[in-house]
Amino acid sequence: MKKTQVAIIGAGPAGLAAAIEIARAGGEVTLLDENHKPGGQLFKQIHKFFGSGEHRAGIRGFKIGEQLLEDTEKLGVNVLLDSPVYSIFEDFVIGYTHDGREKAIQAERIILATGASENALAFPGCTLPGVMGAGAAQTMINVHRVLPGKKIIMVGSGNVGLIVSYQLLQAGADVVALIEAAPEIGGYGVHASKIRRAGVAIYTSHTIQEVIGEDSVEGAVIVGLDEEWRPIKGTEKFIEVDTVCIAVGLSPLAELAWLAGCEFAFVPSLGGHIPKHDRNMETTIKGLYVAGDLTGIEEASSAMEEGRLAGIACAESLGLYSEEKARHLKEKVWARLDALRTGPFGERRRDAKRKLMDLMEGGADIG
Amino acid sequence: MRVKHHPILGEDRRKEDATIIVDGRKIKAIAGEPIAAALMAAGIRVFRKTPKKNQPRGVFCAIGRCTDCVMTVNGIPNVRTCVTPVEDGMVIETQNGLGKWREIR
Repeated sequence: MKKTQVAIIGAGPAGLAAAIEIARAGGEVTLLDENHKPGGQLFKQIHKFFGSGEHRAGIRGFKIGEQLLEDTEKLGVNVLLDSPVYSIFEDFVIGYTHDGREKAIQAERIILATGASENALAFPGCTLPGVMGAGAAQTMINVHRVLPGKKIIMVGSGNVGLIVSYQLLQAGADVVALIEAAPEIGGYGVHASKIRRAGVAIYTSHTIQEVIGEDSVEGAVIVGLDEEWRPIKGTEKFIEVDTVCIAVGLSPLAELAWLAGCEFAFVPSLGGHIPKHDRNMETTIKGLYVAGDLTGIEEASSAMEEGRLAGIACAESLGLYSEEKARHLKEKVWARLDALRTGPFGERRRDAKRKLMDLMEGGADIG
Repeated sequence: MRVKHHPILGEDRRKEDATIIVDGRKIKAIAGEPIAAALMAAGIRVFRKTPKKNQPRGVFCAIGRCTDCVMTVNGIPNVRTCVTPVEDGMVIETQNGLGKWREIR
């Protein structure tokens, strides 16, 4: 069986950043990903990132992706593409497939950076072709350069809903409306203003009642909600669209962590069931680390920092860094992570993360 | 519809250099792009019909997670079209229910 010092599963921002850290420390890394190209969801992020200069703010996501790929190549990281991992067995034997064949590789350490997938929303007509994830539409326009539709309604006003609405406009679609069930916009005001200025109608306290169409979407009925989030009769409004984009959050892709036997905590504010981990990103299984959206839904910037943390901690445990050197490096990453987790949105995440990490020291359940 | 011009990404200079056969119809595509993208560009939205109620399904997640977009490709059913690259001459069929394995030619 093939062997490797560190196996990283998932070549998105977290996995790539982790691989770079370990390779820099002199470790030998194998990075596995089911896709034909590395980068995860970075290449569809054509907007400029937030944060300070240290976080490469002001640089567009796909440019950051190109830089990460260049670094992994320069450092000689072994990247196995088209290699979906289906399980982690005893003694860190990883089962995956390639070209229709079953394969296995054994690692001394594993870092899971499997990311997240978009949530669905249930309403009559939600399965009609033309109803899709906002991220799916983003992938189609920005990576594959294809428009999913001409007249689009966006459901959800978090940053994904806001940013993808703007990018759909950039790609030449008409975003007819954006609706949000809460009384206020969920994401950053700066993004909301941008799409409002571009003429997109924003309906807060509104939800989708049904989507109409024979073989695909032909229109949507939206309805106003009262303070108790109940539909208000008589406020129904038909909007002619051919595409409905759903931006109602993401859920961590935690299957491999479950299969490996990690202990979990249920943290709704981070997206659901999250593998418990400490400040080194190590789970309840010694030698098994996690990073990125799998450890709570955030952004690519924080995913990269978490990947670096996991990478440095992993290198330390392998003896590639002294305790002192590792502490110094980790402190720098933590300072950047704390800076990213500021403001009303960031602080909520920081608190949730802190509580989650406290669980590793025997704290009470989050509830 | 393809996004030829883009304010950030610039011109898309790729050429439609492949032909795929979708339910017997020839469609121009770009080799290496996902099958789902080629179909979307050609305005095709229904990729399969469900086993019990014969309802239409298409692309939902576009990153290989939800399996809503599966079709029969070169006689192999349940192929995730959003993560399977186009090859010249591919035979693609709308999948009915769970689909059937079939010898091509």
